[in-house]
Amino acid sequence: MYKYDHFDQSIVDARVAEFRDQVNRRIAGEITEDQFKPLRLMNGLYLQLHAYMLRVAIPYGTLDSRQMRMLAHIARKYDRDYGHFTTRQNIQYNWIKLEECADLLEELATVEMHAIQTSGNCIRNISSDQYAGAAADEVADPRPWAELLRQWSTFHPEFSYLPRKFKIAVIASPEDRAAMRLHDIGLELVRQNGELGARVFVGGGMGRTPMIAPEINPFVKADDLLSYIEACLRVYNRYGRRDNIYKARIKILVHEIGADEYRRQVAEEFAHVKTLGIDPPLAELERISAFFAPPAFDAADVEPDRSDPDFAVWLDQNVKPHKQTGYAIVNISLKPIGGIPGDATSAQIDVMADLAEQYGFDELRVTHAQNIVLPHVAKRDLHAVWQVLRNADLADANLDLISDIIACPGLDYCSLANARSIPVAQKIATRFADMDRQRDLGELKLKISGCINACGHHHAGHIGILGVDRKGVENYQLTFGGSGAEDVSIGKIIGPGFDEDGVVDAVEKATEVYKTLREGDERFIDTYRRVGLEPFKEAIYG
Amino acid sequence: MKLLTGNELGSGAVTWWTGNGWSLHVEDAVDVGEHGEAVLHAEEGARRVNAPYIIDAVATPQGPRPAHIKDRVRALGPTVRPDLTLKPADPAAGDWII
Repeated sequence: MYKYDHFDQSIVDARVAEFRDQVNRRIAGEITEDQFKPLRLMNGLYLQLHAYMLRVAIPYGTLDSRQMRMLAHIARKYDRDYGHFTTRQNIQYNWIKLEECADLLEELATVEMHAIQTSGNCIRNISSDQYAGAAADEVADPRPWAELLRQWSTFHPEFSYLPRKFKIAVIASPEDRAAMRLHDIGLELVRQNGELGARVFVGGGMGRTPMIAPEINPFVKADDLLSYIEACLRVYNRYGRRDNIYKARIKILVHEIGADEYRRQVAEEFAHVKTLGIDPPLAELERISAFFAPPAFDAADVEPDRSDPDFAVWLDQNVKPHKQTGYAIVNISLKPIGGIPGDATSAQIDVMADLAEQYGFDELRVTHAQNIVLPHVAKRDLHAVWQVLRNADLADANLDLISDIIACPGLDYCSLANARSIPVAQKIATRFADMDRQRDLGELKLKISGCINACGHHHAGHIGILGVDRKGVENYQLTFGGSGAEDVSIGKIIGPGFDEDGVVDAVEKATEVYKTLREGDERFIDTYRRVGLEPFKEAIYG
Repeated sequence: MKLLTGNELGSGAVTWWTGNGWSLHVEDAVDVGEHGEAVLHAEEGARRVNAPYIIDAVATPQGPRPAHIKDRVRALGPTVRPDLTLKPADPAAGDWII
C-alpha cells in the first residue's frame, strides 16, 4: 500500500488546520453559511436531513487495518457507532457535529486519511477495481496509476473549480468490476505489442442523463497518460457549461460536440500539454509502484474442507479465484437480509480490520457495490476467516445475488432524495431471503436510487429502482436491462411506477418470468436482452 | 399552518421554532403565520440556527405535523433506524411519518 511522504502528510495536516480555523470562524459568526458552505464541502462535510454528514475518502477503495480501525474509532467517538460504505468506495458518517469535525479530521490524518475530494466541483476520489493486485485477468496493477492520478489531482490548481464534479475510474482487466464506462473518465489499462497503455473513455455517467462513455482513444501510451488526461480535463474546463448545473458534466459536452470533435480538441491540447513535461519520470512511477509490490505469498495450495454446507455455499458465492496459487479473494457482504446495504457497526469494522491483519496481508478494499474485500487470503485460512465473519454477522453468502443490493441512503438520510431506498431494499431482500431461491436466480444486480441523481446506480442495475416524489407520495419506477460491467448498458423504464409494496411484487413477478423463459446458463439480464421487455411487462402490468 | 425549521449550527440537529426559542421536537413548534421570514432572518443572523426554511404543516391533536414526507422524516429520524430517532423507546412514535 502507498505510504504518505512528507509532502502528502504536510498538505493533509495543513488542510485540517485551515478547516479548524474556518469552523471556528463560522461558529463565531465571522462568516455566513453561504460563505462557509463551499469550504465545508471541500472537506467532505455536508448538511443532510438530520445532521452533518462527513464523507471520508478511501483512495481507490484501498486501506489497511490501522486505517480501518480508525474508521471504527471515528464511528464510536464522533458518530452513532456505525458507518455507511458508499458506491464511490468511500465511507460516510451520518451524525457528525460541526464543532467536533476538525478534531475528527485531525485523528483521521494520523492514519493518512482525509475527506478531501469527496465533494465539490473537483476531481473526486479515484475509484478502481477492488480485486486489483489479486485478479488473474489484470494486465497490470491499476493501483499505481490510481495513486498517480490521486497525487496529480489533489489540489490541482487548474481543476479545483471545474464546471461540475469529475469522477475517474481505473481498471486493468477486461472484466469491469468498477463501472468504468459510467465515469467522466474511464481508463482500462491494456497492453499493445507488450507496451503498457490505456484505452481512454470519456463522458460517461449516471445521474439524470445517463450516458456510456465513448472510447476517445484506443491506446494512450503509459508515458503519455497523465498529459492526455490533463488535456481531456482542459478541454472540459474550457468548454463545459457553467450556466446550467444539469448540463455541466463532461458527458453533456462530449455528447453535444460529438466524440469525434472532442477527440480532435483533446489531441490538439495534448500536443501542447506534452511540451510542458508533466508526465512523471520513470523513477517516480517506480517509487509509487514499489508500494504495491505483491505480498510474500507462500501458502501451499490447500483446498478447503467443504463438509460444512453453509461454509461451502459461502465459498461458492463470496470467494473468488486469486492469481496466486494457494490464495483466494474473500468478499465480505454488507447486505444482511433485512439490513441496511453498506452499513457496518464499529465492532464489525474492527473485526474486518483484525481479519485483514491476521489473514490478509493487512489489506482491505471497499467495493462500489458497498461490500468489503480481503484481497489476499490463503485458502488454508478460509474456514477460520468464515467462522470469524459468521460470529460478526458478516458471512451472508449473497455476492451478486438479488439481495446484494446497492442502495443509496435515500430519504431516510439524504436531503436531495425524493423517496426512501433502504426500506425497499430491505423488503426485497426479505422476500428473497431463501438462499436456494436466490442462488437459483443466479447473478442479478438490483440497484436502488432515492432520486434522479442515481447514487444507487439504478441505471446500471439488471433491475433498477428509482424512487420519485409523486405529489408528496413515494413512488418507484422500475428499469430493466442496465449493467455497469463490461457489457455496459443503461436500463430502460418499463412502465408506470409502483408504491413500496407494489415494486417488491413487480420484482418478484419479473424473476418468475425469467425462470420460465431462461435458457441454459442465462442470467436475468441475458434473458431480458434476448426476449425483450414484453413478457415481463405483461406479467407485471397484466 | 406554517412552521419554521432548520438545523442547529454546532450539532446539525433538526430544530423547530417554538415562538421564543428552538426545540428538537416538532410537537413544540408554533404556527409562524406571516412572520416566518422575519423570524428566520433574525435567528439566522444570531447564529442560533443553520439553513432555516419555512414549511407547510397541519395541526393535529398530537401537535403540528409537516405536510411533506421529507420534513416528516426530518422531524423524528430515519425510519429504518428507530433506535436513532428522537423517541427510540416508542415503537409507534413514527406511525404518522409515512
